[in-house]
Amino acid sequence: MSDSDTRAENERDWPLFEVFIRARTGLHHRHCGSLHAADPEMALARARDVYTRRGEGTSIWVVASDRIYASDPADKDMLFEPAMSKIYRHPSFYDLPDDVENM
Amino acid sequence: MYTQGLNQSVEDGGPEDTELLARFQAKIDREEKIEPNDWMPEAYRQTLIRQISQHAHSEVVGMLPEGNWLTRAPSLRRKAILLAKVQDEGGHGLYLYAAAETLGISRAEMVDRLLEGRARYSSIFNYPTITWADIGAVGWLVDGAAIMNQIPLCRCSYGPYARAMIRICKEESFHQRQGYEAISRLAQGTAAQKRMAQDALDRWWWPSLMMFGPSDAESSHTSRSMRWKIKRFTNDELRQKFVDATVPQARLIGLEPPDPELRRDEESGQWRFGEIDWNEFNEVLSGNGPCNRERIAARRRAHAEGAWVREAALAYARKRRGRRVVAAAAE
Repeated sequence: MSDSDTRAENERDWPLFEVFIRARTGLHHRHCGSLHAADPEMALARARDVYTRRGEGTSIWVVASDRIYASDPADKDMLFEPAMSKIYRHPSFYDLPDDVENM
Repeated sequence: MYTQGLNQSVEDGGPEDTELLARFQAKIDREEKIEPNDWMPEAYRQTLIRQISQHAHSEVVGMLPEGNWLTRAPSLRRKAILLAKVQDEGGHGLYLYAAAETLGISRAEMVDRLLEGRARYSSIFNYPTITWADIGAVGWLVDGAAIMNQIPLCRCSYGPYARAMIRICKEESFHQRQGYEAISRLAQGTAAQKRMAQDALDRWWWPSLMMFGPSDAESSHTSRSMRWKIKRFTNDELRQKFVDATVPQARLIGLEPPDPELRRDEESGQWRFGEIDWNEFNEVLSGNGPCNRERIAARRRAHAEGAWVREAALAYARKRRGRRVVAAAAE
Protein backbone atom coordinates (compact mmCIF):
# COMPACT_ATOMS: atom_id res chain seq x y z
CA MET A 1 0.00 0.00 0.00
CA SER A 2 1.46 3.36 -0.97
CA ASP A 3 1.59 6.40 1.28
CA SER A 4 -1.18 8.08 -0.64
CA ASP A 5 -3.49 5.09 -0.12
CA THR A 6 -2.88 5.15 3.61
CA ARG A 7 -3.48 8.86 3.77
CA ALA A 8 -6.75 8.65 1.89
CA GLU A 9 -8.10 5.89 4.06
CA ASN A 10 -7.37 7.75 7.23
CA GLU A 11 -9.77 10.41 6.09
CA ARG A 12 -13.53 10.04 6.13
CA ASP A 13 -14.10 10.53 2.43
CA TRP A 14 -13.34 8.02 -0.26
CA PRO A 15 -10.25 8.99 -2.30
CA LEU A 16 -10.65 11.66 -4.94
CA PHE A 17 -10.27 10.89 -8.66
CA GLU A 18 -10.06 13.22 -11.64
CA VAL A 19 -12.19 12.25 -14.64
CA PHE A 20 -11.19 12.63 -18.29
CA ILE A 21 -13.64 11.94 -21.10
CA ARG A 22 -13.08 11.41 -24.81
CA ALA A 23 -16.16 12.72 -26.61
CA ARG A 24 -15.43 10.70 -29.75
CA THR A 25 -12.48 9.01 -31.36
CA GLY A 26 -10.03 11.43 -32.89
CA LEU A 27 -10.24 13.81 -29.92
CA HIS A 28 -8.15 14.02 -26.76
CA HIS A 29 -9.50 12.88 -23.44
CA ARG A 30 -10.49 16.07 -21.68
CA HIS A 31 -10.73 16.83 -17.98
CA CYS A 32 -14.38 17.18 -16.99
CA GLY A 33 -14.47 17.01 -13.21
CA SER A 34 -13.76 14.88 -10.19
CA LEU A 35 -15.47 12.40 -7.89
CA HIS A 36 -14.88 10.23 -4.83
CA ALA A 37 -14.63 6.45 -5.12
CA ALA A 38 -13.23 3.56 -3.11
CA ASP A 39 -11.06 2.32 -5.98
CA PRO A 40 -10.39 2.97 -9.70
CA GLU A 41 -13.02 0.47 -10.85
CA MET A 42 -15.69 2.22 -8.84
CA ALA A 43 -14.44 5.60 -10.02
CA LEU A 44 -14.93 4.47 -13.61
CA ALA A 45 -18.46 3.22 -12.94
CA ARG A 46 -19.42 6.43 -11.15
CA ALA A 47 -17.82 8.60 -13.83
CA ARG A 48 -20.09 6.93 -16.36
CA ASP A 49 -23.17 7.77 -14.27
CA VAL A 50 -22.13 11.28 -13.29
CA TYR A 51 -20.51 12.59 -16.46
CA THR A 52 -21.93 10.69 -19.44
CA ARG A 53 -25.70 10.66 -18.96
CA ARG A 54 -26.24 12.27 -22.37
CA GLY A 55 -23.82 10.44 -24.58
CA GLU A 56 -20.89 12.77 -23.83
CA GLY A 57 -18.26 10.07 -24.07
CA THR A 58 -16.82 7.04 -25.82
CA SER A 59 -13.94 6.52 -23.39
CA ILE A 60 -13.16 7.47 -19.77
CA TRP A 61 -9.88 7.83 -17.85
CA VAL A 62 -9.84 8.18 -14.09
CA VAL A 63 -6.68 9.23 -12.24
CA ALA A 64 -6.21 9.43 -8.46
CA SER A 65 -6.04 13.18 -7.80
CA ASP A 66 -3.03 12.89 -5.52
CA ARG A 67 -1.02 11.30 -8.33
CA ILE A 68 -1.15 14.51 -10.36
CA TYR A 69 1.94 16.67 -9.99
CA ALA A 70 1.04 20.21 -10.97
CA SER A 71 2.83 23.50 -11.53
CA ASP A 72 2.47 26.11 -8.81
CA PRO A 73 0.46 29.19 -9.86
CA ALA A 74 3.12 31.29 -8.12
CA ASP A 75 5.65 30.03 -10.69
CA LYS A 76 3.53 31.14 -13.61
CA ASP A 77 5.77 34.01 -14.69
CA MET A 78 8.99 32.08 -14.32
CA LEU A 79 7.63 29.14 -16.30
CA PHE A 80 5.68 30.80 -19.07
CA GLU A 81 6.95 34.34 -19.46
CA PRO A 82 10.07 33.28 -21.45
CA ALA A 83 7.82 32.00 -24.26
CA MET A 84 6.11 35.38 -24.63
CA SER A 85 9.17 37.16 -26.06
CA LYS A 86 9.95 34.57 -28.76
CA ILE A 87 7.62 35.72 -31.46
CA TYR A 88 9.94 34.24 -34.13
CA ARG A 89 8.43 30.87 -33.15
CA HIS A 90 5.26 31.88 -34.98
CA PRO A 91 4.95 31.80 -38.78
CA SER A 92 3.50 35.31 -38.93
CA PHE A 93 6.88 36.71 -37.80
CA TYR A 94 8.44 36.21 -41.23
CA ASP A 95 8.38 38.57 -44.21
CA LEU A 96 7.87 36.84 -47.52
CA PRO A 97 7.60 38.29 -51.02
CA ASP A 98 3.95 38.82 -51.98
CA ASP A 99 4.37 36.46 -54.92
CA VAL A 100 4.83 33.51 -52.61
CA GLU A 101 1.25 32.50 -52.12
CA ASN A 102 1.24 29.49 -49.88
CA MET A 103 4.01 28.60 -47.51
CA MET B 1 -31.70 23.09 -8.99
CA TYR B 2 -31.17 25.98 -6.81
CA THR B 3 -29.38 28.33 -4.70
CA GLN B 4 -30.44 30.61 -2.02
CA GLY B 5 -28.48 32.76 0.33
CA LEU B 6 -26.62 34.52 -2.40
CA ASN B 7 -26.56 37.40 -0.01
CA GLN B 8 -25.10 35.69 2.91
CA SER B 9 -21.40 35.95 3.27
CA VAL B 10 -18.93 35.94 6.06
CA GLU B 11 -17.54 39.04 7.66
CA ASP B 12 -14.06 40.11 6.77
CA GLY B 13 -11.45 38.30 8.80
CA GLY B 14 -8.22 39.94 9.87
CA PRO B 15 -6.31 42.45 7.80
CA GLU B 16 -5.16 41.10 4.46
CA ASP B 17 -2.32 42.19 2.27
CA THR B 18 -3.66 45.23 0.43
CA GLU B 19 -1.42 44.67 -2.57
CA LEU B 20 -2.64 41.07 -3.01
CA LEU B 21 -6.18 42.28 -2.56
CA ALA B 22 -5.76 44.95 -5.25
CA ARG B 23 -4.27 42.40 -7.65
CA PHE B 24 -7.12 40.00 -6.94
CA GLN B 25 -9.76 42.67 -7.60
CA ALA B 26 -7.99 43.79 -10.79
CA LYS B 27 -8.08 40.22 -12.07
CA ILE B 28 -11.81 40.02 -11.40
CA ASP B 29 -12.38 43.38 -13.06
CA ARG B 30 -10.61 42.06 -16.17
CA GLU B 31 -13.11 39.14 -16.14
CA GLU B 32 -10.34 36.63 -15.48
CA LYS B 33 -11.36 33.55 -13.50
CA ILE B 34 -10.02 32.79 -10.04
CA GLU B 35 -8.76 29.20 -9.87
CA PRO B 36 -8.39 26.95 -6.79
CA ASN B 37 -4.70 27.54 -6.06
CA ASP B 38 -4.78 31.29 -6.69
CA TRP B 39 -4.60 33.69 -3.79
CA MET B 40 -8.04 34.87 -2.65
CA PRO B 41 -9.34 36.86 0.33
CA GLU B 42 -10.56 34.63 3.14
CA ALA B 43 -14.04 36.16 2.99
CA TYR B 44 -14.27 35.32 -0.74
CA ARG B 45 -13.31 31.70 0.03
CA GLN B 46 -15.78 31.38 2.92
CA THR B 47 -18.60 33.05 1.00
CA LEU B 48 -18.12 30.62 -1.87
CA ILE B 49 -17.84 27.58 0.39
CA ARG B 50 -21.12 28.52 1.97
CA GLN B 51 -22.88 29.37 -1.27
CA ILE B 52 -21.69 26.37 -3.29
CA SER B 53 -22.26 23.84 -0.53
CA GLN B 54 -25.76 25.19 0.11
CA HIS B 55 -26.42 24.98 -3.59
CA ALA B 56 -25.22 21.35 -3.54
CA HIS B 57 -27.41 20.54 -0.53
CA SER B 58 -30.38 22.06 -2.37
CA GLU B 59 -29.84 19.73 -5.30
CA VAL B 60 -29.68 16.70 -3.04
CA VAL B 61 -32.60 17.63 -0.76
CA GLY B 62 -34.49 18.65 -3.91
CA MET B 63 -34.61 15.00 -4.94
CA LEU B 64 -36.97 14.25 -2.04
CA PRO B 65 -40.16 16.13 -3.02
CA GLU B 66 -39.93 14.76 -6.57
CA GLY B 67 -38.85 11.30 -5.52
CA ASN B 68 -42.16 11.21 -3.66
CA TRP B 69 -43.95 10.74 -7.01
CA LEU B 70 -41.57 8.37 -8.80
CA THR B 71 -43.61 5.25 -8.10
CA ARG B 72 -46.92 6.98 -8.80
CA ALA B 73 -46.25 8.89 -12.01
CA PRO B 74 -49.37 8.65 -14.22
CA SER B 75 -47.66 6.99 -17.20
CA LEU B 76 -44.46 5.20 -18.10
CA ARG B 77 -43.37 8.24 -20.14
CA ARG B 78 -43.81 10.57 -17.16
CA LYS B 79 -42.06 8.11 -14.88
CA ALA B 80 -39.01 7.80 -17.16
CA ILE B 81 -38.80 11.61 -17.42
CA LEU B 82 -39.09 12.09 -13.67
CA LEU B 83 -36.45 9.43 -12.99
CA ALA B 84 -34.05 11.15 -15.40
CA LYS B 85 -34.70 14.51 -13.77
CA VAL B 86 -34.19 13.24 -10.23
CA GLN B 87 -30.99 11.51 -11.34
CA ASP B 88 -29.80 14.80 -12.85
CA GLU B 89 -30.39 16.57 -9.53
CA GLY B 90 -28.19 14.02 -7.78
CA GLY B 91 -25.51 14.60 -10.42
CA HIS B 92 -25.78 18.35 -10.00
CA GLY B 93 -25.24 17.97 -6.26
CA LEU B 94 -22.07 16.01 -7.01
CA TYR B 95 -20.66 18.58 -9.45
CA LEU B 96 -21.25 21.29 -6.88
CA TYR B 97 -19.76 19.38 -3.93
CA ALA B 98 -16.67 18.80 -6.07
CA ALA B 99 -16.46 22.53 -6.88
CA ALA B 100 -16.73 23.42 -3.17
CA GLU B 101 -14.05 20.88 -2.27
CA THR B 102 -11.53 22.80 -4.41
CA LEU B 103 -11.81 25.57 -1.78
CA GLY B 104 -10.42 23.30 0.93
CA ILE B 105 -13.48 21.83 2.63
CA SER B 106 -14.06 18.07 2.67
CA ARG B 107 -17.20 16.35 1.44
CA ALA B 108 -17.65 14.73 4.85
CA GLU B 109 -17.58 18.13 6.56
CA MET B 110 -20.22 19.52 4.20
CA VAL B 111 -22.47 16.50 4.76
CA ASP B 112 -22.04 16.87 8.54
CA ARG B 113 -23.06 20.51 8.36
CA LEU B 114 -26.23 19.61 6.48
CA LEU B 115 -27.18 16.70 8.73
CA GLU B 116 -26.50 18.66 11.91
CA GLY B 117 -28.61 21.57 10.70
CA ARG B 118 -25.62 23.93 10.43
CA ALA B 119 -26.02 24.45 6.67
CA ARG B 120 -29.04 25.62 4.77
CA TYR B 121 -30.63 24.46 1.56
CA SER B 122 -33.22 26.25 -0.52
CA SER B 123 -36.39 26.97 1.47
CA ILE B 124 -38.54 25.76 -1.44
CA PHE B 125 -37.83 22.08 -0.70
CA ASN B 126 -39.57 22.35 2.63
CA TYR B 127 -42.95 22.38 0.90
CA PRO B 128 -44.79 19.10 0.21
CA THR B 129 -45.70 17.68 -3.21
CA ILE B 130 -49.21 16.51 -2.45
CA THR B 131 -50.65 15.99 -5.95
CA TRP B 132 -49.25 15.02 -9.35
CA ALA B 133 -49.80 18.61 -10.51
CA ASP B 134 -47.19 19.66 -7.94
CA ILE B 135 -44.57 17.80 -9.94
CA GLY B 136 -45.49 19.90 -12.96
CA ALA B 137 -45.41 23.07 -10.85
CA VAL B 138 -42.00 22.20 -9.39
CA GLY B 139 -40.43 21.72 -12.83
CA TRP B 140 -42.08 24.79 -14.30
CA LEU B 141 -41.74 27.25 -11.40
CA VAL B 142 -39.00 25.94 -9.11
CA ASP B 143 -36.64 24.91 -11.89
CA GLY B 144 -37.64 28.02 -13.81
CA ALA B 145 -36.64 30.22 -10.88
CA ALA B 146 -33.47 28.19 -10.42
CA ILE B 147 -32.49 28.67 -14.06
CA MET B 148 -32.97 32.46 -13.75
CA ASN B 149 -30.50 32.38 -10.89
CA GLN B 150 -28.09 29.91 -12.38
CA ILE B 151 -27.56 31.41 -15.82
CA PRO B 152 -25.66 34.44 -14.46
CA LEU B 153 -23.69 32.08 -12.20
CA CYS B 154 -22.15 30.54 -15.35
CA ARG B 155 -20.09 33.76 -15.43
CA CYS B 156 -19.18 33.67 -11.73
CA SER B 157 -15.58 34.72 -11.05
CA TYR B 158 -14.68 31.40 -9.42
CA GLY B 159 -13.69 28.99 -12.21
CA PRO B 160 -14.81 25.62 -10.78
CA TYR B 161 -18.23 27.03 -9.80
CA ALA B 162 -18.74 28.65 -13.19
CA ARG B 163 -17.82 25.42 -15.00
CA ALA B 164 -20.18 23.36 -12.84
CA MET B 165 -22.97 25.86 -13.54
CA ILE B 166 -22.47 25.66 -17.30
CA ARG B 167 -22.89 21.92 -17.18
CA ILE B 168 -25.90 22.17 -14.88
CA CYS B 169 -27.67 24.80 -16.99
CA LYS B 170 -27.18 22.71 -20.11
CA GLU B 171 -28.71 19.66 -18.47
CA GLU B 172 -31.43 21.55 -16.68
CA SER B 173 -33.04 23.06 -19.72
CA PHE B 174 -35.33 20.05 -20.06
CA HIS B 175 -36.39 20.19 -16.42
CA GLN B 176 -38.51 23.28 -16.77
CA ARG B 177 -40.01 22.19 -20.08
CA GLN B 178 -41.13 18.80 -18.80
CA GLY B 179 -42.81 20.48 -15.82
CA TYR B 180 -44.63 23.00 -17.96
CA GLU B 181 -45.72 20.26 -20.34
CA ALA B 182 -47.06 18.14 -17.45
CA ILE B 183 -49.05 20.98 -15.87
CA SER B 184 -50.32 22.17 -19.28
CA ARG B 185 -51.71 18.72 -19.93
CA LEU B 186 -53.68 18.91 -16.68
CA ALA B 187 -54.80 22.48 -17.40
CA GLN B 188 -56.27 21.25 -20.70
CA GLY B 189 -57.89 18.20 -19.10
CA THR B 190 -61.11 17.61 -17.18
CA ALA B 191 -62.49 20.22 -14.79
CA ALA B 192 -61.01 18.28 -11.87
CA GLN B 193 -57.59 18.13 -13.54
CA LYS B 194 -57.70 21.84 -14.25
CA ARG B 195 -58.58 22.54 -10.63
CA MET B 196 -55.63 20.43 -9.58
CA ALA B 197 -53.30 22.42 -11.84
CA GLN B 198 -54.59 25.77 -10.53
CA ASP B 199 -54.29 24.54 -6.94
CA ALA B 200 -50.65 23.61 -7.54
CA LEU B 201 -49.93 27.06 -8.98
CA ASP B 202 -51.72 28.64 -5.99
CA ARG B 203 -49.48 26.83 -3.57
CA TRP B 204 -46.11 27.10 -5.43
CA TRP B 205 -46.31 30.64 -6.78
CA TRP B 206 -45.29 32.61 -3.67
CA PRO B 207 -42.67 30.13 -2.40
CA SER B 208 -41.10 30.28 -5.90
CA LEU B 209 -40.83 34.07 -5.70
CA MET B 210 -39.19 33.68 -2.29
CA MET B 211 -36.48 31.51 -3.84
CA PHE B 212 -34.70 34.66 -5.02
CA GLY B 213 -34.03 35.60 -1.41
CA PRO B 214 -34.79 38.75 0.58
CA SER B 215 -35.49 42.03 -1.18
CA ASP B 216 -32.50 44.19 -2.12
CA ALA B 217 -33.24 46.60 0.72
CA GLU B 218 -32.72 43.73 3.18
CA SER B 219 -29.66 42.10 1.65
CA SER B 220 -26.57 43.56 3.16
CA HIS B 221 -23.85 41.67 1.27
CA THR B 222 -25.11 42.14 -2.26
CA SER B 223 -22.65 44.88 -3.13
CA ARG B 224 -19.58 42.91 -2.11
CA SER B 225 -20.73 39.77 -3.92
CA MET B 226 -21.37 41.90 -7.00
CA ARG B 227 -17.95 43.52 -6.74
CA TRP B 228 -16.40 40.04 -6.58
CA LYS B 229 -18.61 38.91 -9.48
CA ILE B 230 -20.01 36.02 -7.53
CA LYS B 231 -23.37 37.62 -8.16
CA ARG B 232 -24.31 39.55 -11.31
CA PHE B 233 -27.88 40.64 -10.63
CA THR B 234 -29.67 41.56 -7.43
CA ASN B 235 -32.40 39.37 -5.93
CA ASP B 236 -35.15 41.80 -6.96
CA GLU B 237 -33.87 42.05 -10.54
CA LEU B 238 -33.93 38.28 -10.94
CA ARG B 239 -37.34 37.98 -9.26
CA GLN B 240 -38.77 40.55 -11.66
CA LYS B 241 -37.35 38.70 -14.66
CA PHE B 242 -38.96 35.51 -13.42
CA VAL B 243 -42.38 37.09 -12.91
CA ASP B 244 -42.21 38.74 -16.36
CA ALA B 245 -41.41 35.41 -17.99
CA THR B 246 -43.87 33.30 -16.02
CA VAL B 247 -47.13 35.26 -15.92
CA PRO B 248 -47.71 34.97 -19.70
CA GLN B 249 -46.85 31.25 -19.54
CA ALA B 250 -49.54 30.74 -16.89
CA ARG B 251 -52.19 32.65 -18.80
CA LEU B 252 -51.36 30.82 -22.01
CA ILE B 253 -52.56 27.58 -20.43
CA GLY B 254 -55.53 29.16 -18.67
CA LEU B 255 -54.04 29.39 -15.18
CA GLU B 256 -53.82 32.49 -12.99
CA PRO B 257 -51.13 33.32 -10.39
CA PRO B 258 -52.74 33.81 -6.95
CA ASP B 259 -52.05 37.53 -6.71
CA PRO B 260 -54.95 40.04 -6.95
CA GLU B 261 -52.45 42.90 -7.30
CA LEU B 262 -50.80 41.47 -10.38
CA ARG B 263 -50.95 43.95 -13.26
CA ARG B 264 -48.87 44.86 -16.26
CA ASP B 265 -47.09 48.19 -16.17
CA GLU B 266 -47.68 49.53 -19.68
CA GLU B 267 -44.67 51.79 -19.67
CA SER B 268 -41.98 49.26 -18.71
CA GLY B 269 -43.84 46.17 -19.88
CA GLN B 270 -43.07 44.60 -16.51
CA TRP B 271 -45.52 42.80 -14.25
CA ARG B 272 -46.12 44.48 -10.88
CA PHE B 273 -46.88 42.01 -8.11
CA GLY B 274 -48.10 42.12 -4.52
CA GLU B 275 -46.08 42.02 -1.32
CA ILE B 276 -44.31 38.75 -0.50
CA ASP B 277 -45.08 37.30 2.93
CA TRP B 278 -41.57 37.51 4.38
CA ASN B 279 -42.76 36.12 7.69
CA GLU B 280 -43.51 32.84 5.97
CA PHE B 281 -40.08 32.91 4.31
CA ASN B 282 -38.32 33.51 7.63
CA GLU B 283 -40.34 30.81 9.35
CA VAL B 284 -39.39 28.24 6.70
CA LEU B 285 -35.73 29.31 6.82
CA SER B 286 -35.64 28.98 10.57
CA GLY B 287 -36.88 25.40 10.39
CA ASN B 288 -40.64 25.75 10.70
CA GLY B 289 -41.78 25.05 7.16
CA PRO B 290 -44.19 22.19 6.45
CA CYS B 291 -41.45 19.62 5.76
CA ASN B 292 -38.16 20.83 7.30
CA ARG B 293 -37.96 18.04 9.87
CA GLU B 294 -39.04 15.38 7.41
CA ARG B 295 -36.38 16.39 4.86
CA ILE B 296 -33.48 16.35 7.31
CA ALA B 297 -34.72 13.11 8.85
CA ALA B 298 -34.76 11.52 5.38
CA ARG B 299 -31.18 12.67 4.67
CA ARG B 300 -29.96 11.44 8.06
CA ARG B 301 -31.61 8.08 7.56
CA ALA B 302 -30.11 7.68 4.08
CA HIS B 303 -26.66 8.60 5.39
CA ALA B 304 -26.87 6.23 8.35
CA GLU B 305 -28.27 3.36 6.32
CA GLY B 306 -25.55 3.83 3.72
CA ALA B 307 -22.69 3.67 6.24
CA TRP B 308 -22.13 -0.06 5.79
CA VAL B 309 -21.95 0.36 1.99
CA ARG B 310 -19.25 3.02 2.29
CA GLU B 311 -17.26 0.85 4.69
CA ALA B 312 -17.69 -2.32 2.64
CA ALA B 313 -16.55 -0.60 -0.55
CA LEU B 314 -13.35 0.53 1.14
CA ALA B 315 -12.73 -2.93 2.64
CA TYR B 316 -13.25 -4.51 -0.78
CA ALA B 317 -10.89 -2.02 -2.43
CA ARG B 318 -8.27 -2.83 0.20
CA LYS B 319 -8.66 -6.56 -0.33
CA ARG B 320 -8.31 -6.27 -4.10
CA ARG B 321 -5.26 -4.05 -3.78
CA GLY B 322 -3.72 -6.63 -1.44
CA ARG B 323 -4.34 -9.39 -3.99
CA ARG B 324 -2.73 -7.37 -6.75
CA VAL B 325 0.37 -6.84 -4.62
CA VAL B 326 0.58 -10.59 -3.91
CA ALA B 327 0.10 -11.42 -7.60
CA ALA B 328 2.78 -8.91 -8.63
CA ALA B 329 5.22 -10.38 -6.09
CA ALA B 330 4.62 -13.88 -7.45
CA GLU B 331 5.52 -12.92 -11.01
